[in-house]
Amino acid sequence: MTNVFIVVISFLLVVTLVQLVRVGQLLGDIRKKDFNVVTETDNKRQSFLMLIVGLAFLASCVWQYFAWNPLLLPSASSEHGVIIDELMRFTMILIISVFFLLHLFLFYFLHKYKKSSDKHKAYYYTHNNKLEYIWTIVPAIILTGVILYGLNVWDRITNADTSEASVIEVYGKQFGWNARYPGEDQKLGSHDYKLVGGANALGIDIDDVNSLDDKVTRELHLVVGKPVLMKLRSQDIIHSAFMPHFRVQMNCVPGMTTQFVFTPTKTTKEMKMLEGDDFEYVLLCNKICGVAHYNMQMKVVVETQEEYDAWLLKQGTLSEKLLTQK
Amino acid sequence: MSDHHNETFLSKYIFSLDHKMIAKQFLITGMFMGVVGMLMSILFRLQLSNPGESFAVLEWFLGEKWAPDGVLDPNMYLALVTMHGTILIFWVLTAGLTGTFANFLIPLQIGARDMASGFINMLSYWFFFAATIVLLTSLFVETGPASAGWTIYPPLSALPQAIPGSGLGQDLWLIAMTLFIVSSLLGGLNYIVTILNLRTKGMSMTRLPLVMWALFIVAILGVLSFPVLLSASLLLVFDRTFGTSFYLSDIVIAGEALHHTGGSPILFEHLFWFLGHPEVYIILLPALGIVSEVISVNSRKPIFGYKAMVISLMAIAFLSFIVWGHHMFITGMDPFLGSVFTFTTLLIAIPSAVKVFNYLATLWRGSIRFTPAMLFAIGFVSTFITGGLTGIVLGDSALDINVHDTYFVVGHFHIVMGLSAIYGMFAGVYHWFPKMYGKMMNKKLGYIHFWVTFISAYGVFFPMHFLGLAGLPRRYYSNTAFPMFEGLTNINEIITFFAIVGGIVQVLFIFNFFYSIFYGTKASKNPWGSTTLEWTTPIERIHGNWPGEIPTVRRWAYDYSKPGHDTDFVPQTEPLKEGEEEH
Ligand code: HEM
Ligand SMILES: [Cu+2]
Ligand SMILES: [Cu+2]
Repeated sequence: MTNVFIVVISFLLVVTLVQLVRVGQLLGDIRKKDFNVVTETDNKRQSFLMLIVGLAFLASCVWQYFAWNPLLLPSASSEHGVIIDELMRFTMILIISVFFLLHLFLFYFLHKYKKSSDKHKAYYYTHNNKLEYIWTIVPAIILTGVILYGLNVWDRITNADTSEASVIEVYGKQFGWNARYPGEDQKLGSHDYKLVGGANALGIDIDDVNSLDDKVTRELHLVVGKPVLMKLRSQDIIHSAFMPHFRVQMNCVPGMTTQFVFTPTKTTKEMKMLEGDDFEYVLLCNKICGVAHYNMQMKVVVETQEEYDAWLLKQGTLSEKLLTQK
Repeated sequence: MSDHHNETFLSKYIFSLDHKMIAKQFLITGMFMGVVGMLMSILFRLQLSNPGESFAVLEWFLGEKWAPDGVLDPNMYLALVTMHGTILIFWVLTAGLTGTFANFLIPLQIGARDMASGFINMLSYWFFFAATIVLLTSLFVETGPASAGWTIYPPLSALPQAIPGSGLGQDLWLIAMTLFIVSSLLGGLNYIVTILNLRTKGMSMTRLPLVMWALFIVAILGVLSFPVLLSASLLLVFDRTFGTSFYLSDIVIAGEALHHTGGSPILFEHLFWFLGHPEVYIILLPALGIVSEVISVNSRKPIFGYKAMVISLMAIAFLSFIVWGHHMFITGMDPFLGSVFTFTTLLIAIPSAVKVFNYLATLWRGSIRFTPAMLFAIGFVSTFITGGLTGIVLGDSALDINVHDTYFVVGHFHIVMGLSAIYGMFAGVYHWFPKMYGKMMNKKLGYIHFWVTFISAYGVFFPMHFLGLAGLPRRYYSNTAFPMFEGLTNINEIITFFAIVGGIVQVLFIFNFFYSIFYGTKASKNPWGSTTLEWTTPIERIHGNWPGEIPTVRRWAYDYSKPGHDTDFVPQTEPLKEGEEEH
């Protein structure tokens, strides 16, 4: 019912406005003045509005920043995440300053150079190559800095050393995730999508000896301070494994394996102390994948080596799960 | 011209060959689709701000099936998002924007009687019309319209088992897009040929108004990139219907292992974005052109750095072909390739910055007249600054890792492309309406329209950056599945509030538009005191544009407030005085 009211009221408001405008137009006709010519008063009013609304807009941006900053992601919980955050801070400071600077110029010029009868003609000024060079070269220099800094960070992330890293597979499907741990041998067994089915949700080839001690889990447990090499696969369509707290995201693409290396630095317990008791790390899906895309998640736990070992011990191996069933 | 007299209703308004009528057909179809797309966004915004709540409007529009008890169905959510994006990007801001202004302005501003081929021009509109009908039909099919996002990534878009919209809905989407591409290629070729061949005497390329340059470059971009989308879609059609495996491999879905092996969905992404990125400039450049005209005319000052403006348009257009990978940083692409795309992407910021500085320099010491068109042009400069700057974050591969596909992206592209182009379109309509219909649009309504739109548009899209920085993914039906997003509801409510206000105020514009066509005050021949050729045509619109000879052009398009002249503008047709320098 309220909806109907809202619609009706907005409609009436619009009609009223329109009637007002028509009256204005008729008055203009009577006075033989073209109603739509922009007058000196219009210029004054609009340029003043420009200044006021413009400044209010900038102020609202500041307000949003302070009001919503606490809602943003906490600082990174991974080694590479820290350098991403630094790059982000640098970039943000840069773009926010330019944002304010250019807008201030814009609103000021609009106000200052409004047309009015007590001013002369506009200044006929067609070009100035020197200026043009300056404002090509200065941004070019600044951007070179941004690019070099960015590529350096990118390089450190994507070329991270994987020799120490423990391998974990993350497997996405409509609409859930699994993780697979390689077991004692530190090797993941091979897989074939034709084998997917029943208890073998990931299509693991049991004839491969490496598969026997693999463990498939519903949660992703990670050891604090220890690098992981995440291998990602998908069963059906493209998903994306997004772990915002770690600044980790990588697509899961059917038919291929992708990877991401990172090192968690804060345990879930530590994060609960910092962020509140209900804090949990999550892995969520960030590539549109169907009706429950918005709820495709997996719990992530970062813990100490001992806790991790104890947890892993409790998880059954594939051979236990599949062979006993056969 | 004499053929004016024996025109029937059909040949004048429907199967018209006249570029001015075809432009209006594009404009009005575009406006209609704009309303449809906008309504869709308001429907799904209700779900985002009030997840799971019942709304009577949802049930009215979508029926019991897609909004049981007034609660939006999650599949329908994705369908609405997909159709909203498709409609606004292609139907409103590609065909609606370019189709309108290229058709309307090109012959008038270069001094031609019509397009190179009026017939092809008409075909271009009718293909577009057919595409529109097919797309709208898809809204009513049993399994719902296409739902895989406007980017239609396979396998999601290829497999009806994955989402119901990928059945008949996706087929219709692909057919509509094929018709659309045909339309845009026909139009584009016509624009290119016309600008190259039909310029009147004296209209050298360097005397073209900037909007002509923009439309010319856009046409080239379209002709080079749309065929790639067409082939990508054709391969997708093969995969969907004939069992090929271009994009599909190793898939188990709905308990069944599909036979496809060896394909790669990533291939589709490459092909798609090879069009997709130029596409965003296809949307943006006409707006850049329109805004250049409007700012110059209303500052009563030449556009600053004409040559730099043309070169930067070209640079942007060229670079737009080698940056598509920035949409794919986290698809597992070779990190080195990622670096290359970061490099090329961030380079685009340079010509973009040049454009902004030149706009500011044009305003500097101008004599600024605040018409509604000018206000929207100013709005454009603001959104172009804001959105361009957030692009520096997204283009940086290392930063993109954590904001890719979040609401930060949604905020960015709506501001830099959606709002900028819509503002450009509004500026163009307000500015050239007197030429199109011989009437003035109401100024006061225009003012209100601008201010409410400007405020609510930033109210919608600026807060989205914060959602994204809080980690919220886009294309989520609801944010309630994750405790970490609970605090964001309040932001979502603000966004929806502004979306509704911003949506409603568009009624003023639509009213103003149609009311003015019929009852607006009569426009004078050159109401804005503009130098360009279109304002030398008679108020009464005729086939062939000029009653007698086509005028000869004798100077560039930007002689505003030139010293040594009595008026503050010198039409392009006026010969240089003795000893007068061109500029
Ligand atoms: C009142 C105005 C508008 C509102 C409230 C609005 C809102 C939204 C929202 C919230 C989304 C993201 C939905 C999601 O990812 O779950 C979206 C998607 C999108 N919008 Fe808009 N939008 C508006 C106008 C526009 C305009 C003017 C354009 C033109 C460029 C546009 C183009 C798009 C595109 C391309 C998408 C992406 C669709 C996809 O993910 O496949 N929108 N819109
Ligand atoms: Cu998913
Ligand atoms: Cu792009």
